Amino acid sequence: MTNSIIHIFLALVMPPLLLGVIGKTKALFAGRVGAPFLQPYYDILRLLHKGTVFSTTTSWVFRAGPIVALATTAVAALLIPFGAHPAPISFTGDMILYAYLFALGRFFTMAAALDTGSSFEGMGSAREATYSCLAEPTLFFALITLSRLSGSYTLSGMLVNINFSVWMHTSAALLLLVGGMFIVLLAENCRIPFDDPNTHLELTMIHEVMVLDHSGPAFAIIQYAAALKLFVLGAFFVHLALPYSTGNALLDWGLFIISMLELAVVIGVVESVMARLRLIRVPQLLVAATILAAFSTLLVIR
Amino acid sequence: MAQELFSPSTLIFSAALLAAVSGVPLLFPRLLSAARAQLLSVAAMLAASCAGLAGAIATLISREVSLFELAWGVPFGPARFGVDPLTAWFLLPIFLIPGCAALYARSYWHADHYPANVRKMTLFFGLMTASMGGVVLARDGISFLYCWEIMALSAYFLVSTEDEKPEVNEAGTLYMMTTHTGTLGLFALFPLLHLLTGSWLFPAPASLNASSGLSAAVFLTALFAFGLKAGIMPLHIWLPSAHANAPSHVSAAMSGVILKVGVYGLIRTLSFFHGIPLWWGCVVLALGVVSGVVGVAFAIGQHDLKRLLAYHSIENIGIIFMGVGVALIGQIVGSATMMVLGMSGALLHVLNHAIFKALLFLGAGSVIHATGTREIDLMGGVARRLPYTSLLFGVGAVAICGLPPLNGFVSELFIYLGFFRAVQAEGGAAAAATLAAPALALIGGLAVACFVKVFGIVFLGAPRSEAHVARHESGWQMLLPMLLLGGLCVAIGLAPGVVAGLLEQTSLTVLPKLAGTGLPMRELVPLTMISIAGGLLLVMIALLTLWYRRRLAGAPCSETVTWGCGYQRPAVRMQYSASSFAEMLVSLFAFVLKPHSHRPDNIAGLFPGRSRFTSHVPEAVLELLYIPALLRLYHRSSGIRKLQSGILQQYVLYTLVTLIVLLCASYF
Repeated sequence: MTNSIIHIFLALVMPPLLLGVIGKTKALFAGRVGAPFLQPYYDILRLLHKGTVFSTTTSWVFRAGPIVALATTAVAALLIPFGAHPAPISFTGDMILYAYLFALGRFFTMAAALDTGSSFEGMGSAREATYSCLAEPTLFFALITLSRLSGSYTLSGMLVNINFSVWMHTSAALLLLVGGMFIVLLAENCRIPFDDPNTHLELTMIHEVMVLDHSGPAFAIIQYAAALKLFVLGAFFVHLALPYSTGNALLDWGLFIISMLELAVVIGVVESVMARLRLIRVPQLLVAATILAAFSTLLVIR
Repeated sequence: MAQELFSPSTLIFSAALLAAVSGVPLLFPRLLSAARAQLLSVAAMLAASCAGLAGAIATLISREVSLFELAWGVPFGPARFGVDPLTAWFLLPIFLIPGCAALYARSYWHADHYPANVRKMTLFFGLMTASMGGVVLARDGISFLYCWEIMALSAYFLVSTEDEKPEVNEAGTLYMMTTHTGTLGLFALFPLLHLLTGSWLFPAPASLNASSGLSAAVFLTALFAFGLKAGIMPLHIWLPSAHANAPSHVSAAMSGVILKVGVYGLIRTLSFFHGIPLWWGCVVLALGVVSGVVGVAFAIGQHDLKRLLAYHSIENIGIIFMGVGVALIGQIVGSATMMVLGMSGALLHVLNHAIFKALLFLGAGSVIHATGTREIDLMGGVARRLPYTSLLFGVGAVAICGLPPLNGFVSELFIYLGFFRAVQAEGGAAAAATLAAPALALIGGLAVACFVKVFGIVFLGAPRSEAHVARHESGWQMLLPMLLLGGLCVAIGLAPGVVAGLLEQTSLTVLPKLAGTGLPMRELVPLTMISIAGGLLLVMIALLTLWYRRRLAGAPCSETVTWGCGYQRPAVRMQYSASSFAEMLVSLFAFVLKPHSHRPDNIAGLFPGRSRFTSHVPEAVLELLYIPALLRLYHRSSGIRKLQSGILQQYVLYTLVTLIVLLCASYF
């Protein structure tokens, strides 16, 4: 019970911090001081108190987009184990619900973008639709590999199972998986090299361009949902890449928080040293991620 | 006596008979005005639906298996019909969807607006419903064929309802040719079965050994004949044009139910065998994967709303085949869980697809009624004028993508769990099944892309063309069936436990081997957790909505035009269109889709002249594979065509001569 409360508390409070850490890392690389770590929280609070401007073209779908995106991500956050602790909700087949919840959120985000009738937002949602299709099989190859390794059909069973000795026995497969899933993590969260969350050049953006017309509290929800999505997908990835556990409940929570911050720093470093890919290169990189994950599946089921 | 009268099978048979004669009132124009007669026939269809559904559900609960014999004087002996849980399961969509479609047609195809063809349409609609029921009730090859032919022919007359239009005629002819090719396959199938069993009666479940060459021939002919009806790739060629050109409620019944009759045929045939070899399972699974991925890829490229939905039927039949494939592979590797999960997933998807696809076709009909076009790129902003239709279409769209908390998710979850069970098994069979899970994920992703496109371009944004602005919301007769189907999508999605019990019995009929294993579905599938998670999601959405509304009320709120990045004069034609939305995905799949596009070439200088761009995704399999092959066959076979004179008397003579030759041959 205590663990569930800590889980929910962390999922509610910590996500924007990751964005702050990424921003700080990038600022350090650029030789700037950068915004404070808590800047994303200030941004969200400020947006919550602002008024809203709606486009006359929009309908209820536009208003539903951010809400569904946040609700689906929040339910997904309850399914994923944080560190060595199992998730509050865990049942056979929860990994499929996990994957499909994101798809539901995406459905409404893309539909809300098309609701504005703007060609820029249409562009964004067409790109999101294309790239997310290509990212989906990678996640399922990863789930198959993990299910085979652990003999489990729940996310908690699959992910908590990974530890140092599993890594030693199947290091090749897991290494391929880490590569593939890191690409998917960056793509799903619209980070460089797929998308730049900071740019305002609409022609080249994906996620930011889909939400151009949202303002006020709705935009705060979107920002928060994006941070939460990074947190939830990041928690999945951290299990693969940093599978430490101590056996002590409290220490494990600390370890999880440190791992997530480490992940944020790594993403910040990647964003600092890489440029965005040309849009036509994006599908190639995503297919490469699928192939990496497929190889890891073949290695474990052979 | 009263008990006999209301026994489930009596209800089912009387429902089928009532549906068969439901079109008769319209045949007496002197006695009854067309509109009144139509009302009468709708009432008959609704009564038939209720009775049939009640009978089917009662059979599923009581698990009754019964067999009836109708001794009549035609060759091949008495006709045998029977009821068992598998039949009853397929009767659910067979009675549900046509009942909804008939009520819908009362407003959509009203007798006063379509006096020329409403008689034909109503008569054959009832006949088609009854004969579909007959097909799943038949227990011997000959009665099966009778019902099958009545079904195929009435569907032909329904597809060509508006036969004065050339494209409708062409679609009808294509359908007629392919369905008869399928019937030819059935003519081969039943004699082959007769060779195996020595009787026209269907053999008992798992009574035939699958290892002989004759069994393989039975499997392949069944796969061909039933696959053609189900619309599995690459035998789907008739399906897009037939679904697009039939009236929308007929498309709903065809896509929702007729395809499922093909699936029924295959599952019934497979249930005769035991000791199924690995390659049967792999072939079914591979066909499912190909149909699923290629079907949805074709769908993304379509501009015609109903053609697009038709390609999604191919995709969903693919998903059903994937489930059947998992069940077969489970039988081979000896995994009872894979068998239960795969087969019940496939069967549940049969019902689910019937529900949401019928909902989508009826919704598409309302949109077409309101805008006067089937071209997605001419629509836009329909949601403002048709709020209820748009909401219900949205429910169907989310359901067909397999997203929680609706019914599509539940059946796909069953099939996914089957795949994940396969992961643990040893051997290449299991490996093949595990590779199908990412394919299903890809199908899901592509379906989301496609339905965001449809929903976004048709219902959202601003109207793209003056001439096709949506005019009015549909009447209650059109909305009520859609509401019922949408409600079922939500109900099965949130409370899958209710249908799971009925489903379990059905899978046992198909896979009698399972009876001893005692695997309750509740232990394999987290039915309660699906309800809890779905409920949690809805509660969270509701709470956030309340909070957001309160926020909006507390802060200034204003309206203006969509942000055009500084451009001052936005126009509706600048919106993203269906073709531009799909362009990236179509080019990724260009190697199978073979898209055509005409690009403008005269854009040069500061003030270029008028120009135009068109793009089109053709039915590549038909145009690049079948038609060239058939044309070659046509040219090669010119010698034989002299036999085909077009004189009826001559054909009767041929028949007589053939019979005499056969009679003589039988003496030697």
